[in-house]
Amino acid sequence: METFLDLIGALLLVAGTLFLLFGGLGMVRMPDIYNRIQAGTKATTLGTLLILAGTAFLYPDWSLKLLLIGLFLLFTNPLSSQVLARAAHRIGMPMTSKSGIDRLGEDRPGHHLPRGGSGRPGACDSRGPGRPAGGAHPV
Amino acid sequence: MVDALIGLAAILAGISFLLVLWRFIKGPSAVDRVISFDGLTIVSITGILFAAIAEQRGIYLDVALVYALLSFLGVIVVARFLERGF
Repeated sequence: METFLDLIGALLLVAGTLFLLFGGLGMVRMPDIYNRIQAGTKATTLGTLLILAGTAFLYPDWSLKLLLIGLFLLFTNPLSSQVLARAAHRIGMPMTSKSGIDRLGEDRPGHHLPRGGSGRPGACDSRGPGRPAGGAHPV
Repeated sequence: MVDALIGLAAILAGISFLLVLWRFIKGPSAVDRVISFDGLTIVSITGILFAAIAEQRGIYLDVALVYALLSFLGVIVVARFLERGF
């Protein structure tokens, strides 16, 4: 027996897994670790929330547990990605040369990140004038 | 129609699992592997949801909740270890 709510739920499931697919694709394709953190956390969080909503449309009895899982993911996923990005910056993971600005490195002198070689050379010439020209200080 | 859409969604989730697993295997540094572990856990939670839909048993959602909690704690602990330990 297929109702209209079931159809909405199945379409939400397909949309959520499409977001998961794009997140995985970004995690494969992105050039450095910070971009991978962005792609791998934001897109998969939205995809998982859409899948939880679709499951709530398919089975309305499970709505409370699904809401609990959704709230938990919504609180913990940005936190874990932020802690990972801070750890990556502190141990000096290199940025790609397509990224021009490193504000956290400006705030903490001596912690400028080395530039990786995966981008075009000269792509980071649009820096602000107050930024030190160095950048190869491995921690 | 609804069953076909759910099957398509499960196949897409499997493909994204394989993509993130590729980054987990290839990842040049430890932080790459930790973030792909996080992504693998999120895709696995959706896999548990698909299992709950297929079996029509709501008890699997508790497994998904505990799995999300454990993966969050694991990622935080490994990130703190990377920050201090190197």
